[in-house]
Amino acid sequence: MPDWKNVRADFPALHQQVNGHPLVYLDNAATTQKPQAVIDALSHFYERDNANVHRGLHALSMRATDGYEGARARVAKFINAAAPEEIVFTRGTTESINLVAASWGGAHLRPGDTILLTEMEHHSNLVPWQLVAQRTGAKLRYVPVNGDEGLLDLSQLDRLLTPDVKVFAFTHISNTLGTINPVADLCARAKKAGVVTVVDAAQSIGHMPVDVRAIDCDFLAFSGHKMAGVTGIGALYGRRALLDAMPPWQGGGGMISNVEFFASRWKPSPERFEAGTPNFADAVALGAACDYLDGLGRAAIQDHDSGLARLAYERLGAALPGIRLLGPRGERGGLVSFALPGVHAHDVVTFADQDGIALRGGHHCNQPLMKKLGLTGTARASFYVYNTEDEIDLLVASLQRTVKFFHG
Amino acid sequence: MSPDLSDLYQQVILDHNRRPRNRGRLPTANRVAHGDNPTCGDQCSVYLRVEGDRIADLSFDGSGCAISQASASLMTTQLKGKTAAEAQEIYRQFHDIVTTGHEPEEISDLAAFAGVHAFPARIKCATLGWHAALSALKNDPLPATTENTLD
Repeated sequence: MPDWKNVRADFPALHQQVNGHPLVYLDNAATTQKPQAVIDALSHFYERDNANVHRGLHALSMRATDGYEGARARVAKFINAAAPEEIVFTRGTTESINLVAASWGGAHLRPGDTILLTEMEHHSNLVPWQLVAQRTGAKLRYVPVNGDEGLLDLSQLDRLLTPDVKVFAFTHISNTLGTINPVADLCARAKKAGVVTVVDAAQSIGHMPVDVRAIDCDFLAFSGHKMAGVTGIGALYGRRALLDAMPPWQGGGGMISNVEFFASRWKPSPERFEAGTPNFADAVALGAACDYLDGLGRAAIQDHDSGLARLAYERLGAALPGIRLLGPRGERGGLVSFALPGVHAHDVVTFADQDGIALRGGHHCNQPLMKKLGLTGTARASFYVYNTEDEIDLLVASLQRTVKFFHG
Repeated sequence: MSPDLSDLYQQVILDHNRRPRNRGRLPTANRVAHGDNPTCGDQCSVYLRVEGDRIADLSFDGSGCAISQASASLMTTQLKGKTAAEAQEIYRQFHDIVTTGHEPEEISDLAAFAGVHAFPARIKCATLGWHAALSALKNDPLPATTENTLD
């Protein structure tokens, strides 16, 4: 079990004052802070090893290639993929899902086919499917969410998995509700129906063990910057047989085996999907983030982050009459989203900021869900390895002052 | 030193937020425009009854933060009875107040929004309803949005 007090010292950005108060950073579902080890990995790469990868015959290029491919192997191990070739580096979750939707979806979806999603999807796991639906004539269908408790209504799942459903894409942890979906069960039921599965792991990857072979999904997408890594790098996991059967989605250098004036042949995955100079420096830093999180232990991180979220749920509920708390009361991911009566989320966030507390407010890229729940937005506190119980109390006190300001 | 929240959330703003004026659909409206701020999801519809060159009556509806709701409410009280040219001039003054913090020479409730300039992220909240009103006035068929208009 890590000593969580020491963990805080690893993150330089936390040690500052905001608006005259020590920073309380509770916007981790948007992006986490970075430990010194990750920042060092990035700057050391640029200081010592920087050169373009692949095809390079000089020392630095070989070092950079080793670093980049080493990061791929590290990420594969991090999610227990069968081989490094099952990891395609992307800009992040959004690009990963767009890749699957455009390449796999473009090649396999036909008019009359159905794409199954859930009502709790982030826009990044919704809009790419709308785009490919428009292109292919496929239809969209949604697994409903059960009100404020925020659970998927899985009693309907087998009925919704009709023979026209070709792909089922769903989030592991809802960025608005905090719900942890039973992804292995969802994949098993989809698999029985012959449906390809896509898991959005943006909110789970840095907070709990994620094992693609235990989940038994076909694709899994995530971002580095939500797991103590840097921005601009993420990955798509795909079963190798599926990836190798998919057409390229962007053309350029690095993804071809042979080019002629009128036709080209593609490399196998993952290079097929990495046209152009890849983001090797950030990939190296992502490898360092995997090392850092495994050093703490992801089961311990889950206990810590989910524990804080449950505590926040209880303390906010007890201290703020009329507060509307979203998501399940018990088991949840490391975030709590809430609406205070008569105070808009943006006003809540502005007031918290004056106390040095970073929250996020708004629709959290979940507009259809917000509409369904009859909300215009919520404020959200999301926790990570460096957050403390004391910070929850600071949040509660700040919110009480906000309510007093607006309602007297 | 950080800007003080009581500068942003002036009594006039809190009052308009708690008791919005001219809120709801105007049954006699002959112009309508919808404004939205895609960054935060705020929405505002403005209904006008224009007679000749004059805004005979107006109302607003929508959802958003205290700043955007109070601003739209105050706007309805400021633009009623005004000509299109006068409305443009009042908006120009308001825009100047929220972007520079300079208070107008004449006494005006618009001055309550001077504190907004210290919170640049909130300027779009304060101008949302105004964009919709000016768009309705021009009978612009396109919805107003904070994304394709200058603050």
